[in-house]
Amino acid sequence: MADGNQLSPEKRVEYWQRTSKLMWTILVLWFVFSFGFPLFAEQLNAIKIAGFPLGFYMAAQGSLIAFVVLCVWNARAQNKLDREFGVAED
Amino acid sequence: MADMNNGDSAVKEQVASGFLGNLGKIYGGYAGGFIGFVLVLAVLEQMGVSNAILGYCFVFLTIGVYAYIGILSRTADLSEYYVAGRVVPPLYNGMATGADWMSAASFISMAGGLYLGGFNNLGYVLGWTGGYVLVAILLAPYLRKFGQFTVPDFLGTRYEGHAARICGVVVLFCASFTYIVAQCFGIGIITSRFLGIEFEIAIFVGLLGILVCSMLGGMRAVTWTQVAQYIILIIAYLVPVVWLSTTRYGIPIPELTYGQALNDIAQLEAKLGVVKAHAGAFLDATGKFSWTEFNNFWALVLCLMVGTASLPHILMRYFTTPNVRDARESVAWSIFFIFLLYFTAPAYAAFAKLEVYQNVIGQPIASLPAWVQNWAQVGGMLTIKDANADGILQLAEFGINQDIIVLAMPEIAGLPYVISGLVAAGGLAAALSTADGLLLAIANALSHDIYFKMIDPKANAVRRLTVARALLVIVALIAAAVAGTRPSGIIQMVAWAFSLAAAGLFAPLVLGIWWKRTTKAGAVAGMICGFGLCLYYLIMTQYFAMPLWFGIRNISCALFGMPVAFIVTFVVSLMTPAPSQQMQEFVDSIRVPRGAVAETGSIRE
Repeated sequence: MADGNQLSPEKRVEYWQRTSKLMWTILVLWFVFSFGFPLFAEQLNAIKIAGFPLGFYMAAQGSLIAFVVLCVWNARAQNKLDREFGVAED
Repeated sequence: MADMNNGDSAVKEQVASGFLGNLGKIYGGYAGGFIGFVLVLAVLEQMGVSNAILGYCFVFLTIGVYAYIGILSRTADLSEYYVAGRVVPPLYNGMATGADWMSAASFISMAGGLYLGGFNNLGYVLGWTGGYVLVAILLAPYLRKFGQFTVPDFLGTRYEGHAARICGVVVLFCASFTYIVAQCFGIGIITSRFLGIEFEIAIFVGLLGILVCSMLGGMRAVTWTQVAQYIILIIAYLVPVVWLSTTRYGIPIPELTYGQALNDIAQLEAKLGVVKAHAGAFLDATGKFSWTEFNNFWALVLCLMVGTASLPHILMRYFTTPNVRDARESVAWSIFFIFLLYFTAPAYAAFAKLEVYQNVIGQPIASLPAWVQNWAQVGGMLTIKDANADGILQLAEFGINQDIIVLAMPEIAGLPYVISGLVAAGGLAAALSTADGLLLAIANALSHDIYFKMIDPKANAVRRLTVARALLVIVALIAAAVAGTRPSGIIQMVAWAFSLAAAGLFAPLVLGIWWKRTTKAGAVAGMICGFGLCLYYLIMTQYFAMPLWFGIRNISCALFGMPVAFIVTFVVSLMTPAPSQQMQEFVDSIRVPRGAVAETGSIRE
């Protein structure tokens, strides 16, 4: 089994910084869709699209779509990062 | 890493035997077979076969299939029993996680909650999906890299010793046990209604269905039955809503058409004098904006999301993938499969409400259809009181429990009974699959973390598996007995479980990976204070009439415990000496997918 410690200490720090940056980016977006939109639902409800009050729609469906996209994005971006640093599994 | 090598050889063995290579064909054929079975029953119904027999067919045939898979997947290998041999491909682990995740609360109660509470209960929909983002970015890949059997294993290794492991097991037990009682309750409702037997007996019938899936094959059997259960539950959930959407609005995509239903509901609300609008945000019972509802909304969303990322029966599903990359992809598949149901639940609620407002309210009570009588017999779940004695059903005279709305909807909407049977089979699949996952999480923690790691580290595999199976049966029996006392509503018990897990486990898991400075003393103190405060608030407000703090309901009790856990862990960690160099290297090694996990000095397998 290849040893993960082959990464030089600098590379290791850089890898973790990039991973952390991705984590924080997604965490902020997660926060916006979890709390940002739903908590302004009352105001957003004034707008109607295809019969849906927008505030209701975001809490019932819009944010859910965003969560799926965030998870897929995370998997892709992190896998790419792993390959870039040569730490992906075989 | 002996067990990883075992996993590799198991991969080859199973690929050679054709099972893993043919998963698509096997489960595709299974789904086709199930649809064929439903069609045959539909024809039988037209030929005049009675509803009772259709109900029996659905309940026993599906349990029979799960039992068959469970028995085929029996195993005497530890890695197979605890982590399904670590061979589960991401797509199938996603489906299994979906079934593991979507319980009686999601399937049976959630749309019912939306029916009754409207917008305010969308907190459940958000909370039970968004948590997967946290699982994906904060925990799953790292726990998979760590690669042991249970979540307390991680705590015991990262925080060196039995103290953290025991705290982990205690939190796991309290959260999972509360959760499993709710599942037994759901199983009781379904089997009672569709087999026509007493609720208390029905629970134990359902229990056999749980045990036969998990006892012989552990995680391996549970994984492959959960995939089968996911397929049934998603078909069962979507069919009635798609049907209603098509007949009502001509488009078979309920997620698009229920905007129209929301409009129709708003008009009927005006006509019936309902002050609390379905789509209105944060309204109280009088239809006015309420800060209490507002605060409870975000508190619940937060607790459910963080609870998602703390519940051991979900986290341990990511121990079963072949590698870290697959664990990540598997989280994405999980949320996609879960999304399919959650995305539809608000439509389900809207259609059910429209049916009731249009076709039930305002009818003469004497001419109400048979389903009203049938459901009124199941533990008072449905009540009709002619308060003003005019013989006409008014909205205020119609009482329906949120736990039966999904199950009763096909009958309310006048769909053939075969659809009711299908929905019951789906609800049963949801409750059984989650109960299996939870039961395994509890029994594994007790047999692996307590018995093997603390009491008898020299026990051989046969003995360990015997203990694991015996504990499984004991925990299941106790859970069923507690459920028989009807302690509370399904969705409330499940929300408690999430709060307990969030307060006790989230801080030590996340900080253990993301903050190397976290010390053993910090983590243990954090777990005790966070979980303790959460439990105190829950028990005092529920049983001793303590006034609510800031009006926050006790389903969100983690709102107080969680920050306390973080703060205490942080402060105590800084007051105690930093973890050893060896431990820091261990943390480094689980942050990188490739390579071995560094030794920590404590005994590992």
